[in-house]
Amino acid sequence: MSDATPTTEELATPAPIPSRTMRDGIVEGVLPPLVALLVSLVVGDLLILAVGQSPGAVYRLMLEGTWGNAYGFGQVLYKATTLTCTGLAVAVGLRAGLFNIGAEGQLAAGGLAAALVGLTLPSGTPALIAVPLCALAALAAGGAVGFVPGVLRAKWGAHEVITTIMLNFIVLAFLSWTMSTRLRVPETLHTRAVRAGALPRLDSWLASFHGSAANASIVIVLLATMLIDWYLFRTRGGFDLRAVGLQPDAAENAGISVGRTWIRALTISGALAGLGGINFVLGYEHYYEEGFATGAGFLGIAVALVGRSNPFGVVLAALFFATLSQGGLAINALVPKQMVDALQGVVILAMAASVPEVRRLLASSRKGVR
Amino acid sequence: MSWVIAFLAQTLRIAVPYLFAAAGGVLAERAGIISLTLEGFMLGGAFTAMLGSYYSGSPWIGALCGIAGGLALGMLHAVATIRFKADQVVSGIAINLLAVGLTRYFLKLVFDSSSNSPRVPGFSAGTSSSALVTGLLHNPLIPLGLLIVPAVAWLLYRTPFGLRVRAVGEHPDAAVTLGVSVTRVRYAAVALSGALAALGGAYLSLDQHQFTDGMSAGRGFIALAAIIFGRWDPMRAGLACLFFAAAETLQIQLQGMQAIPSQFVQMIPYVLTIIALVGLVARAVPPAALGRE
Repeated sequence: MSDATPTTEELATPAPIPSRTMRDGIVEGVLPPLVALLVSLVVGDLLILAVGQSPGAVYRLMLEGTWGNAYGFGQVLYKATTLTCTGLAVAVGLRAGLFNIGAEGQLAAGGLAAALVGLTLPSGTPALIAVPLCALAALAAGGAVGFVPGVLRAKWGAHEVITTIMLNFIVLAFLSWTMSTRLRVPETLHTRAVRAGALPRLDSWLASFHGSAANASIVIVLLATMLIDWYLFRTRGGFDLRAVGLQPDAAENAGISVGRTWIRALTISGALAGLGGINFVLGYEHYYEEGFATGAGFLGIAVALVGRSNPFGVVLAALFFATLSQGGLAINALVPKQMVDALQGVVILAMAASVPEVRRLLASSRKGVR
Repeated sequence: MSWVIAFLAQTLRIAVPYLFAAAGGVLAERAGIISLTLEGFMLGGAFTAMLGSYYSGSPWIGALCGIAGGLALGMLHAVATIRFKADQVVSGIAINLLAVGLTRYFLKLVFDSSSNSPRVPGFSAGTSSSALVTGLLHNPLIPLGLLIVPAVAWLLYRTPFGLRVRAVGEHPDAAVTLGVSVTRVRYAAVALSGALAALGGAYLSLDQHQFTDGMSAGRGFIALAAIIFGRWDPMRAGLACLFFAAAETLQIQLQGMQAIPSQFVQMIPYVLTIIALVGLVARAVPPAALGRE
């Protein structure tokens, strides 16, 4: 635009701020995660030096224990699978301009629903029928939990940040009550093992994964990732959703029902978080256990932010946070593994602070061009 | 009669951390900064208070260290959201995760434990929950917790600082034209909210004479619920804290009777908050500039 000869119309109007270029878009997308990574490395160094260890040795150990061997890598894949689901959930909400903080409750609800279907089906049910049914139950339960804040926002204007937080506690209490009726195996916090719908572990295909929890739900979750990417960027519904997220008033004027889009977005968001429940329930333990979702919901927010609300970015970010989490176990001999809990917070804080900062810097450099 | 006293005493003990956190949260929210951080402030305050008490042998020093811990986290949140204009919700969640991570890391580092600290000097004798009067005498944080809510109400409605806080939270642009520094008022309000919520956390660790991992246990979110249910007014938020605490006490005392499953009693604060937001009883309307730059 700046290269073209100015037309009379352009000369007549005051000089506009030059529009965002492709390069700016890439910088805005990639720079904040890099800054966040750098800041967390520095804080990590400090925490490592505080216990008198060498940061280089600790980070090397972290890589060896995660991407350096099949078991560690399998664990990373397993953790990344759940985080991809909660990350996608938050990302879809953000695309619609909504903040879903309820992924934790939605994930737990999805897990219990999948387990209930798996417990109810007769034990001989073929996997081709049982797995989709369990996955659908997980999607439906998560979606139902997400639908509620959607309606509360669309009909009554109740802010979804507060309602999803409150619903987390309500849902977890409700699930705990459901478990207390008679689902719990005595003296434990989990149900009996599902009779149908269990997914094979990856080590049944590749022996070197032996012992790791990685399982076939990865395939289902990757399919869901592609599907949601297609939905967001290639369909009318996804276009509406993003339009509402960018400019709700303009979208309303263009004939899009903002309220209905909000409800749809939070329902899809909840369903995606719910789907994550199959990773633990069908893929790993084959039962529902109270507390399996703890932390994964809030980390989903981190995953969505670092992944810039892009479905495939979310997968990469999920791998990063899974590496961090599994890496903590690998370095425990040198540095308390709790270090990675702190680093997660640092990454999010640095990310939150650098996004607007980078945007401002780009805007001021654009102004400087003229 | 003794049952009533026991009930009141236990309600009070449960309510004190809520009261501190809600008093702090009201200040920050009325200045326009979202208080998702209360949980992290409490946890951080509980830890630094324990640490101070452990090293000094005095719970008073411990309480001061708790305040310092809360101030530090509060300033971190303030710098992120005010200086760097970070999204307040995201920063709040980050502060909460950071508090969990740092307290775990230093618990392991200092005491080589992943669950709890050793016993430290604290305030209450901690023998019987029915000793209302002796409890009051032993633990100065209990009367302070009761006083803090009216004190914040006075600060908010009767002082120039309070007027500025409210102006900054409702019409920051108008406040600027009157020569009020939005930035400075917000820094002060968030720092104060950190200090107050951290005192609530300090109460927890000094009352139990030790720090346990994750001991804030969602109390910061209950305080946030009380703020919203109290429609961002300190006194009403304080009453909501007392009400939520009374419901919890009732649940504990009725535990043997199985009248209502305890899980449904636990839901009360959260369900009421949603009802308040939806406006079935009286619509809760947040400060106009809450969450905005």
